[in-house]
Amino acid sequence: MITKRIIPCLDVKDGRVVKGVNFQGLSDVNSPVELGKYYSDNGADELVFYDITASHEGRRLFTDILTEVARTIFIPLTVGGGINSLDDFDRVLKCGADKVSVNSGAIRDPRLIFEAAKRYGDQCVVLSADVKRVDGVFRVFAKGGRENTGMEAIAWIKKGVELGAGEVVLNSIDTDGVKGGFDLEMLDAVCQAVSVPVIASGGAGCIQDFVTLFKTLPRVDAGLAASIFHFGEVAIPALKAALKAENIPVREV
Amino acid sequence: MIAIVDYGVGNLFSLKSSLAAIGAEAVVTGEAEVLRRADKIILPGVGAFGDAADKLRATGLDAVVIDEAQSGKPLMGICLGMQLLFDRGYEYGEHAGLGLIPGEVRPIAEVIPADYKIPHIGWNALRFTGRKSPLFRYIKEGDCVYFVHSFYAADCDESVIAAAEYGAELTAAVQRGNVCGCQFHPEKSGKVGLNILRAFCED
Repeated sequence: MITKRIIPCLDVKDGRVVKGVNFQGLSDVNSPVELGKYYSDNGADELVFYDITASHEGRRLFTDILTEVARTIFIPLTVGGGINSLDDFDRVLKCGADKVSVNSGAIRDPRLIFEAAKRYGDQCVVLSADVKRVDGVFRVFAKGGRENTGMEAIAWIKKGVELGAGEVVLNSIDTDGVKGGFDLEMLDAVCQAVSVPVIASGGAGCIQDFVTLFKTLPRVDAGLAASIFHFGEVAIPALKAALKAENIPVREV
Repeated sequence: MIAIVDYGVGNLFSLKSSLAAIGAEAVVTGEAEVLRRADKIILPGVGAFGDAADKLRATGLDAVVIDEAQSGKPLMGICLGMQLLFDRGYEYGEHAGLGLIPGEVRPIAEVIPADYKIPHIGWNALRFTGRKSPLFRYIKEGDCVYFVHSFYAADCDESVIAAAEYGAELTAAVQRGNVCGCQFHPEKSGKVGLNILRAFCED
């Protein structure tokens, strides 16, 4: 039986892991390699490294770190941030990434999804969408959640999957950083619209939020979070034990 | 020395790193001579069956891999590399495989319920079939490994050594004499995966 995945997300800037609350107010947390290794040893099913560096120098540093991570950690690695071209795919895949997550780059040019899926396979392309309610409508935001694209989110996600995205990360800006639970309404709408795996992101504050997520929406495949893991508020082994106790299939380590 | 066949398909960085992590001496190579000299061969692969089979043939390494396997050298196929070991595959048309293990590679959509997602992606538990293979001597039944695939090996019951439940029993690993294969990615399956690679490398 396929297990529900628990995925810590590591935002990396200038070689360090940071986490924004509602995408603002970044604070240094830890070393990407050490934190990645720690998570891998403690039950994380996958890791997402998000490059939030803008400079070329920072980008080089990021790929160096990624190489180091991929040399020491043997679980799936997804990389996102600053992926605008096939060359960007190539750059991070060569450093050991297994999947590449596209967001603003795909909004600018949706053909990126198609071209990347054709070259590397659907399973390699993850569509990450930052979504927020605006006047009661789910809208896609770009540039780390700062810019309203005006696009209706469900239609965009469906289009991305049709173009070849093999997974969807849905990050609700409305619940992100609030720690009041995942955005079940938004996730349900996405799960009903696409048949590829959906990863829930934004809003987890405690173990019960993951239990509620998988109990309420059995079609959600994975739960992603950052700060609650980084700050030790939720330990993954305890989280998995709680899920197992609720008969939610998880990989035990 | 373990030779990882490089025929321009997929990313070999993780596989090479995982072998390094278990202390196995490994080389990524596209040279026939190196494959012949190697103690064991790993055939990796990501992508579509036909494209990969064509690329392997274009390098001429298909004949070398078949020769070496038939002469008794341990060979492990991983993911698409495992699928290529079979007689044929049906991804975007019908394509010939290496014919080292009887069976064919078919869409999992044919055997799983319609509400199951495709690809089969994520961590799934191994169920051993028949006698426990030496490949699994460092792991136990129920251990999870990481899968990413939309096609599966069919009509190969006599070679299946492990299956994974995904609305149907999908072939997870096969073995026929010195030739074995994993549908999942041992190099991405944490300690369990490293322990499978270790068993193969030590054999």
